[in-house]
Amino acid sequence: MRKITIEPVTRVEGHGKVTIMQDDKGNITQTRLHIVEFRGFERFIQGRPYWEAAVVVQRLCGICPVSHHLAAAKAMDVVVGAGAGDGLTPTGEKMRRLMHYGQIFQSHVLHFFHLASPDLLFGIDADPAIRNVLGLAVTPEFTDIAVQAVMMRKYGQEIIKATAGKKIHGTGAIPGGINKHLTQEEKEQFLNGPDPMNIDKMIEWAHAGLDLLKGFHKANRAIIDDFAFHESSHLSLVRKDGALDLYHGVLRAVDTNGNRILDDVDYQDYLTYIDEEVRSWSYMKFPYLRSIGKKDGWYRVGPLARMNTCDFIDSPLAQKEFELFRAYTGGKVNNHTMHQHWARLIEILHSAEEMKRLLNDPDLYSGELTTSGARQSEGVGLIEAPRGTLFHHYRVGEDDLIEMANLIVSTTNNNEPMNVAVNKVAVAQMTGQREITEPMMNAVEVAIRAYDPCLSCATHALGRMPLEVTIVDQDNNVIDRKLR
Amino acid sequence: MSNTIKITIDGVAVETTRGKTIFEAARENGIFIPTLCNVDNVKPKGSCRICSVYISGRLMTACTTQVEDGMEIENDTAKLNDMRKAIVELLFVEGNHFCPGCERSGSCELQALGYRFLMMVPRFSFLFQTRDIEATNPKLMKDNNRCIMCKRCIRGIKDEDGKSFFAFARRGHKVVINLDRKQAAKLTDDLARQAMEICPVGALILKGKGFDVPIGRRKYDTKPIGSDVEAKGGNC
Repeated sequence: MRKITIEPVTRVEGHGKVTIMQDDKGNITQTRLHIVEFRGFERFIQGRPYWEAAVVVQRLCGICPVSHHLAAAKAMDVVVGAGAGDGLTPTGEKMRRLMHYGQIFQSHVLHFFHLASPDLLFGIDADPAIRNVLGLAVTPEFTDIAVQAVMMRKYGQEIIKATAGKKIHGTGAIPGGINKHLTQEEKEQFLNGPDPMNIDKMIEWAHAGLDLLKGFHKANRAIIDDFAFHESSHLSLVRKDGALDLYHGVLRAVDTNGNRILDDVDYQDYLTYIDEEVRSWSYMKFPYLRSIGKKDGWYRVGPLARMNTCDFIDSPLAQKEFELFRAYTGGKVNNHTMHQHWARLIEILHSAEEMKRLLNDPDLYSGELTTSGARQSEGVGLIEAPRGTLFHHYRVGEDDLIEMANLIVSTTNNNEPMNVAVNKVAVAQMTGQREITEPMMNAVEVAIRAYDPCLSCATHALGRMPLEVTIVDQDNNVIDRKLR
Repeated sequence: MSNTIKITIDGVAVETTRGKTIFEAARENGIFIPTLCNVDNVKPKGSCRICSVYISGRLMTACTTQVEDGMEIENDTAKLNDMRKAIVELLFVEGNHFCPGCERSGSCELQALGYRFLMMVPRFSFLFQTRDIEATNPKLMKDNNRCIMCKRCIRGIKDEDGKSFFAFARRGHKVVINLDRKQAAKLTDDLARQAMEICPVGALILKGKGFDVPIGRRKYDTKPIGSDVEAKGGNC
């Protein structure tokens, strides 16, 4: 028996490690993705005034803080009586939508181009020294892609700054709405700024990114179709009419055969449908659908899940790509793990189209910023973050201080799928292998990376996390095991 | 006897009027002396000591000391500024000041002075004291994590009979400033707003209005503390 450890998992946000146990015959007996960092925001937001939640809790992440900012603000909309997601003023909702699509755009670009594309463009077994975004930049063939990636991310960040006040950790969304309008100067800059910083160039480059992936797919079917393939259920928000909507909607889940196991669910009632399991070896919880149970009730979230749950995309260019995506599996549920990247690129295109539509909307430039109604004691805010469905749930006392917070972060939802993917790849790559090479270990990381996990976001419970300590001898025989 | 007198501040001769404080004389001549406990229209107390200046080698608080003809004042010196910076640093480590989550960030005088004095890393140990939040009043929240005990609220927010809405409670190192429970019933929306505005930090917060001023329009976003005094160069 021996233990193979991959630590740290690279080119993901946050810190994690993978352990793989291999017996003397070379069989893989156990694989685990461990989340080894701890944050604890669920606990230390308690006792703070409710209007601080959207500003404080977003600090758990520097990659997609806007998602947490908006999810918390949506929960607090309910608390101040402004309704769940669709009760805001037109200006309030549209400014937030613009912020969110800017966020989706920049985060997806970061993930695909900066973190994931080196594996595809250079190969999983390429030299790690070149298999990164700097490698792209210094390789003449890919220099343009690297520059585009940087400029696309900048565009999304500038949208966030214009709507939230800062590129990272802004304060734009407040309970019941937003605290500013967009200016006409900003509109002109985003729509018609000098190349490449205008929306038409962003749409063009988003298309080019899709073409890049589809070209790679055509030449490398095995990697994109077979690598880390596994069946699962999928969950996301969808708009009431079934359209892809990353800001607001109702919960829908489909099983691996495409049957709707959740549909048209008001997310204020999420606890009726979703629970979380705690396992001793990870700080990250394991959510599951109550109706199916702990063992089989897990599901995937994120771009791939969203393509599986929605019926259509309400923007013309992305809809065309969506039709191609769905046609590839004959309209059936797509369980190709690496198609996460394909789905992500479709969402980059959709986000660019949405930003263009919103920037031309007069409500961004005038109109009431906030609204409120009868005060409520509890609120749930859900949003489709870049990495998947993000849950924020708060209970607020009569003194306006937060009494309880529960966060189910996108990456937490993908905990079991990532563990399954790790197992699939480890078994495929390492069974019977006495020499474990760097490319084999990177292959495991590639499977994790497909989910674009944000491990720092995902570990927030405090005081109820069990701990398992296992003592093994030099031959890895278990001598003692203690469970707290 | 003429009311106009001459003093020097850091060797620069300026004219002022008898009866004014050093702080007032400096401000009308475009010279910034930092303060925290001092605020317009409230009798100065000299408790925070951050406005300390040297007069003939003796440390005096500029907000409480009146000018005298021929007075020679040291203000903007490396030694004094380091002492002032130390006061700011001590206030930061003594309380629990988490600027990233505070809605007064960008409008906070303590934070603004931290920037002015280039406070980069703490040279004193954080106390990490357990402080509570008084949030039972429907209009105003008191966050004792952020209170610097400047007493501006005690001295500045009073009813028509001159009775303060705020008072010290407890003793020694456990002392806190509380909203007086009997007086709290008389706290109007306008007085609650005034209380938030008179607080130099984020210890007094109007309920339900958090973060409604966007980044870029907060008090010190574009004009660092003291820059308005120094820009006008006199008669501010």
